[in-house]
Amino acid sequence: MEYLMLFISAIFINNIVLVQYLGTCPFMGTSKSTDVAIGMGAAVIFVMLMAVAFTWPLQHYVLTPYGIGYLQTIVFILVIASLVQFVELFLKKVIPPLHASLGLFLPLITTNCAVMGVAIMVQRGEYPFFKALLFSLATGLGFLIALVIISSIRERLDISPVPAVFRGIPVALITAGVMSLVFLAFQGMAA
Amino acid sequence: MVASSILVLFLLGLTAAAILAVASRLLHVAEDPRVARVEACLPGANCGGCGYPGCSAAAAAVVDGTAPAEVCIVGNIETSQRIAAIMGAEVHFKEPRVATNICSGGDRANLIFDYKGVEDCRAEALLYGGEKSCGIGCIGLGTCVKVCPFNALRLSEAGVPVVDWNACRSCGKCAEACPTGAIRISSVTSVLLHLNQTDDCLAPCMQKCPAQINVRRYIQQIKQKDLRGALLTIKEHNPLPLIAGRICPAPCENICRRKIVDEGVAIHTLQRFVADWEMQSGIRVPLYCNPPSGHKVAIIGGGPTGLSCAYFLRRVGHEPTIFERREHIGGMMRGVIPEYRLPKKVVDWEVQTILNLGVETRTGVAFGRDVTLKDLEREGFEAVLIATGAWKVPPLGIENDDAEGVVDAISFLERFGREGPDMSGVRVVVVGGSNTAIDVARSARRQNALVTVLVPAIQRKMTANKDEVERALEIGADLRFLTAPLALHVENGAVSGVTYCDLAYDDPGKAAGEPKPVSGTKAFIEADLVVAASDRVVDHSLFTDADGNPLFKRDKKTGGVSANPTTLQTDIPNVFVGGEVHTGRNILIQAVADGRRAARAIHFHVTRGAVPEPDNQQVQVIPETILKNMHVTYTIPRVQVPLTPLEERRISFKEEVACSISYDVARKEASRCLRCGLTCYDADAGAEYTQDDDVRPIDRPGSE
Repeated sequence: MEYLMLFISAIFINNIVLVQYLGTCPFMGTSKSTDVAIGMGAAVIFVMLMAVAFTWPLQHYVLTPYGIGYLQTIVFILVIASLVQFVELFLKKVIPPLHASLGLFLPLITTNCAVMGVAIMVQRGEYPFFKALLFSLATGLGFLIALVIISSIRERLDISPVPAVFRGIPVALITAGVMSLVFLAFQGMAA
Repeated sequence: MVASSILVLFLLGLTAAAILAVASRLLHVAEDPRVARVEACLPGANCGGCGYPGCSAAAAAVVDGTAPAEVCIVGNIETSQRIAAIMGAEVHFKEPRVATNICSGGDRANLIFDYKGVEDCRAEALLYGGEKSCGIGCIGLGTCVKVCPFNALRLSEAGVPVVDWNACRSCGKCAEACPTGAIRISSVTSVLLHLNQTDDCLAPCMQKCPAQINVRRYIQQIKQKDLRGALLTIKEHNPLPLIAGRICPAPCENICRRKIVDEGVAIHTLQRFVADWEMQSGIRVPLYCNPPSGHKVAIIGGGPTGLSCAYFLRRVGHEPTIFERREHIGGMMRGVIPEYRLPKKVVDWEVQTILNLGVETRTGVAFGRDVTLKDLEREGFEAVLIATGAWKVPPLGIENDDAEGVVDAISFLERFGREGPDMSGVRVVVVGGSNTAIDVARSARRQNALVTVLVPAIQRKMTANKDEVERALEIGADLRFLTAPLALHVENGAVSGVTYCDLAYDDPGKAAGEPKPVSGTKAFIEADLVVAASDRVVDHSLFTDADGNPLFKRDKKTGGVSANPTTLQTDIPNVFVGGEVHTGRNILIQAVADGRRAARAIHFHVTRGAVPEPDNQQVQVIPETILKNMHVTYTIPRVQVPLTPLEERRISFKEEVACSISYDVARKEASRCLRCGLTCYDADAGAEYTQDDDVRPIDRPGSE
């Protein structure tokens, strides 16, 4: 039950983009078409899982024991960046089809604040390893859902009579704001 | 503390770097380095116009060998050259292409409902093909503008797309997105060789013109003071505007929608104006030609068909050679048609314009006598166009038709063109109602001969141009309508007179069919010279093989060489025919049109080996484009072409009878054009001339 609540909460109640406002850059940048949005969302889920899987042990077996927790940010950046690079090389060699579909997005995510944010949040929440992984998966799903919703709306907006001054990014920002308000309705439903 | 944190970071960084370094070695994917280099040459627009999903896929295909060096449609010739340098390949010529919008309707079109919905042409087209009544026109919601990756399109005020030809990269996204086909990708070749289609935006004049000239566009260009553009528009489909502007009977003017309101636009006068403007300027407007393709084509006959075909073949990149029997290129236009209708210097200028494009000529070479199909094949010509015309005047077929003093019209006119003999007091009888007959009558009359023409029809049914018949009457030729010769009388071996009878139609009101002789009518007229000008037919004796067997089948209807009517291909696959040798006696513009049609067929024959049938070919006037009612606001009188005074016509033989019009007059005439589309038109055409006295608003809209 606790895990289910965590899962739901990470997807909807504390949605990474619409409630916590992390990762708004790819949220606006890659939400023009649903295809791209799904690709990006999948890549984010993948990288988030990998990032937590690597940074959690590092925190627990290196940073905390040696009392250098203040290096968390810089160490995480270093690790996540190297990791993404490695994953890209790995996928290209071993699973070319997956590389073909995610390859374009992987470099984009290297310094994504949502990925970084999740890595740090699991440490602040002092989640155990498995719970941390579940949390990152759920957060990634939340990102994917938000991205798919806004991209479908933006596809519709493209063919609607939008006043010239609002066309493109302005109306997308307004849409994002409205979506954010909608997600606020989940507040208070659970912890 | 500081030391340990530095140490930890150092170690972490070192580990990560080491892992990545090892991984990049271990996980290295062998990639042809040329792929990256080729990709670097590509523009990186990822537009997909080449048919590959993006620039890197295209680069991979080039390195693979599946795509040529000129794969990129966006890049220019330099792009291809750089790629070719990497691949060690050769760059082939790639014809530039561009998006063009065929719709001129915009907000002029009638609406069948009011569309409120998704702002996308494709969505609107799902509802009865869109709100506009015209099924082929631009819907106007700008889907093409949205899909264009190069910002090359914008919507005009009238709501049709305008292409910025400098920005367009011909990726084809707009054409793919357009649900009505109003926007298309075209190239020089496709424009020059395009045959009218029923899904083109064709004003009635453009449907009626055998050469399919874009009349609407060139008249608008005159109106907008773009004479150079107008000339280039005409020359897309007619390489002989100077000549056509003088002797074309202008079928286009007869079907002009403006006739419902007042009179048809003086289309061919405007054509002549534009062509004269070029000639008077003394500088030839440069015409774009593709670089030589290496395909050699032989053209037999230097008349309008041959010249037209050579012109189009040269412009699309082939290498035509004209073989001409006579000493001059120009066929009947030079030396047969009299000077006062079509001066030699005009023909020579026009011919020179075509020859300057790089068309070779061999004069004094007769087909069948000096050169045969075999010789041409041996010389490396891949295709042959037979365009020898119809020069044979059939004998009158009556008693004594071979007596002294009986000549055929062609030899009469040829001799006349050379010598211009004084014919004072000579009694000339001309038999026939064609332009040739009228030319003979007018020429002889100008030299003070007494001319009688026996015309086998009533005036409005004559095949001669209406204006020319008027000129002949003005100068005092005696035209006897509905008559035919019965016999020639001979005295001392020379002709002395003609007996003729009256003809009558079965139904005089309609005047349809062939008129028949009326029995009992008989009259006599004295004559010193009888000129046969009843018809001109094809001389088939030219087309025989070594054993004397005919090379081609004879078309029963026209009397010419039979061929596929669309491709003009004969039974011998690499031999094409065009012009009068195929159609029988015809008008100049038909010859020009045939030349273009033959050029199209030859182009496909030499490049692809087969000639495709055109899609949706427009062969008849599209019925729904003939409007019954129109709501035009202003009536403007049609331009009157000034004529050389009658007295001067008797003194001079060199002056053209029909004179030029001035620029202002031409522009005012151009403003009469309703810029018709398939069904739409400009109701308020000519509004800018409302200050003029002769421009009046029409009280009651519509027509009687």
